[in-house]
Amino acid sequence: MSVPHTIVTGHTQADDRTEQVVGTVLRLGVFIAAAVTLVGGALYLMQAGATRPDYHTFRGQASPLRSLAAVAHGVAAGNAEAIVQAGVVLLIATPIARVALTLVAFAMRKDRLYAVISAIVLALLAYGLLGG
Amino acid sequence: MPVTDITILLFLGALAAGLLGALTGLGGGAIIVPLLTILFHVDIRYAVGTSLVSVIATSSGAAAAYVKEGYSNIRVGMLLEIATTIGAVTGAYIAALVSPTAVAVIFGIVLLHTAWTSTRPRVEHIAGGPSDPIALRFRLDSTYPTANGPQHYQVQRVPLGFGLMYIAGVLSGLLGIGSGVVKVLAMDRAMHLPFKVSTTTSNFMIGVTAAASAGIYLHRGYIVPGLAFPVMLGVLAGALVGARMLPHLHTQKLRVVFSVLVTALAVELLLNAFTGKI
Repeated sequence: MSVPHTIVTGHTQADDRTEQVVGTVLRLGVFIAAAVTLVGGALYLMQAGATRPDYHTFRGQASPLRSLAAVAHGVAAGNAEAIVQAGVVLLIATPIARVALTLVAFAMRKDRLYAVISAIVLALLAYGLLGG
Repeated sequence: MPVTDITILLFLGALAAGLLGALTGLGGGAIIVPLLTILFHVDIRYAVGTSLVSVIATSSGAAAAYVKEGYSNIRVGMLLEIATTIGAVTGAYIAALVSPTAVAVIFGIVLLHTAWTSTRPRVEHIAGGPSDPIALRFRLDSTYPTANGPQHYQVQRVPLGFGLMYIAGVLSGLLGIGSGVVKVLAMDRAMHLPFKVSTTTSNFMIGVTAAASAGIYLHRGYIVPGLAFPVMLGVLAGALVGARMLPHLHTQKLRVVFSVLVTALAVELLLNAFTGKI
């Protein structure tokens, strides 16, 4: 760091460490989500490969796999489509985990301002996934 | 068409979209929705839900690759994510209120704008004037690595950037795209961040923004496994291959290809919307 300054914090080593952890979490999250989706997708092809689904008509609310509970029940029952949907949920959870980790990192550095900002973003994300 | 055939064709289409997205740096999200609605006659609501999933996949994959280089600005990203996530939630609610035809028309216009900006040269706006007092208050100024050591930069016009980010979030939530073009516009033009910083920080933010509305779409039944499975895996595979090929390619020509393709898709989408097919 060649630019010491009274107000500016710059890109610190703590930032680097946080980013490395975050990078690992992102990679791992995407990998797990893709693996689960692949397993579910392969089962789905074996079970329903010859059926002819109609995606031209929107059924929305009639879809059974709309809640986390329904997805979990489906996975427990070995339902192929539910396993794919679980992969999707894991994928959505990956950036959320990233924000949660960043919140922890800011809290550990006693950076109250950015801990609060991260908490606001996390709350909005939780609202989308759990409430909505 | 039986499931097996749809799956193979969708996987190949998504692979191409992910590849082109990674090579041009413009993301594949803009191509997935027109691909699904025009070629596969999928309802645009399913298309938007599926596209959001692919956007999260590519953003998280790409961000993981960029993260080591130390360009992204965590504080700028986190502060602006408040704007993009509120925007994304707003966009998901607007989507429930407007007709699929209106969504298709807005999508077509955004695609035309994307095609236009992607061929124009990006102009670096670093330096110039003192930092925005808000930037100092939120400690947004930072440094990024260059060949001559760490380079300091000062962040400008934070409220304007924040407002543009809200719009980027609304478009992302409404159309199922990453809105990378608007995000980079906000950070390059309004806030004067260096290219490498704005590009990598934007990539980071795209996944978080998309995750905010993806949950809402899941609850509404916009995300169906039969479409999400081949598209998510196809886009991811395309993005991974694209990242490997990137150092060996001349991307300026690819941006022209991308631009022509996006224009064609936009025109087709608008024609479909105006003739009542969507």
